[in-house]
Amino acid sequence: MSTRNEWPLWEVFIRSRAGLDHKHCGSVHAPDGALALQAARDVYTRRQEGVSIWVVRADQIIASDPGQKAELFDPMEDKVYRHPTFYQLPDDVNHI
Amino acid sequence: MNTPAATHESTIDLKPLGPQHAAWVLRLADGSLVLSQRLSEWCGHGPVLEEDIAFTNIALDLLGQARLLYSHAGALEGQGRDEDAFAYWRDESEFRNPTLVELPNGDFGQSVLRAWAYVSWQCLVWGTLAKSRDTALAAIGAKSVKESRYHQEHLGNWVVRLGDGTEESHRRMQTALDYLWPYTSELFHLDAVETAAMDTGLAPGLDRIAEIWTANTNATLHSATLTVPAPTPFLATGRQGRHSEAMGYLLSEMQALARAHPGARW
Repeated sequence: MSTRNEWPLWEVFIRSRAGLDHKHCGSVHAPDGALALQAARDVYTRRQEGVSIWVVRADQIIASDPGQKAELFDPMEDKVYRHPTFYQLPDDVNHI
Repeated sequence: MNTPAATHESTIDLKPLGPQHAAWVLRLADGSLVLSQRLSEWCGHGPVLEEDIAFTNIALDLLGQARLLYSHAGALEGQGRDEDAFAYWRDESEFRNPTLVELPNGDFGQSVLRAWAYVSWQCLVWGTLAKSRDTALAAIGAKSVKESRYHQEHLGNWVVRLGDGTEESHRRMQTALDYLWPYTSELFHLDAVETAAMDTGLAPGLDRIAEIWTANTNATLHSATLTVPAPTPFLATGRQGRHSEAMGYLLSEMQALARAHPGARW
């Protein structure tokens, strides 16, 4: 079956009651934004999972290429000095 | 002390506001239950997964409303009937839902249109209950109005998109509208039960909701590029217990299991 007539895919982000940020939780198909939002509400917040929803058209997301993993992410492997663990902290701020 | 266990209901003041009080609550309950049954027929058959879930959610909300209303009606009646007794052990002529909600589903567009017409009416009825002298019913209305508002918005979105969609979807929606619309007049027909509900302060302002409903639904139908059918003298009789031929089939499917295994628990 042709996929050309299928509705676009929307990525769904939900902020939970106690959460500070929206977290990706899945995707829905919908013909437009208003119905995508309602579909997300009906599919992903049935058990009080959220208090706020974002939907974003999947084809509007610019994603990194998994094939570029070597040049994008591997060079960080041996840069331990980028982690702030080599500093002596004053006692007053020891718990940050 | 060996007294009967106090139930939640017995703590509420349950003096019926006139002899028609329970009858009016039952009409409301039957409307929710029968539409719930029709919508749940779509479970597993929705045009897309998302809509399958949306319809099931609405069906479950309506079922929840029906359960609260049946429990309340049973307490008002005082004859020991619970929600199952009302749902599973009454026969066709005892159901008092408007005919509109029992009509066959038809295609997806017809199912959307029918449910939208009814939930739009429900929204207004729940609103009138805020001023009801029956405080338990007012509480059910306050809970249900939030559900019905979402149903109205979701289904209304579909009415507009299908009506103002393709040539084929428009044709189907207009056909569904022409078929369903004559049944909506029953929702506003002020017979003895409805008049008593207003006069006793059970549901004040019922006589005004026809105008608001018509204005609201006409606005959406206009956006959907659909032509509102002219009023007809036809008046459906589901609320009087005289149902369409579809009702017997609906009840036999809904009640078969409970009647085959009376009192079964799961």
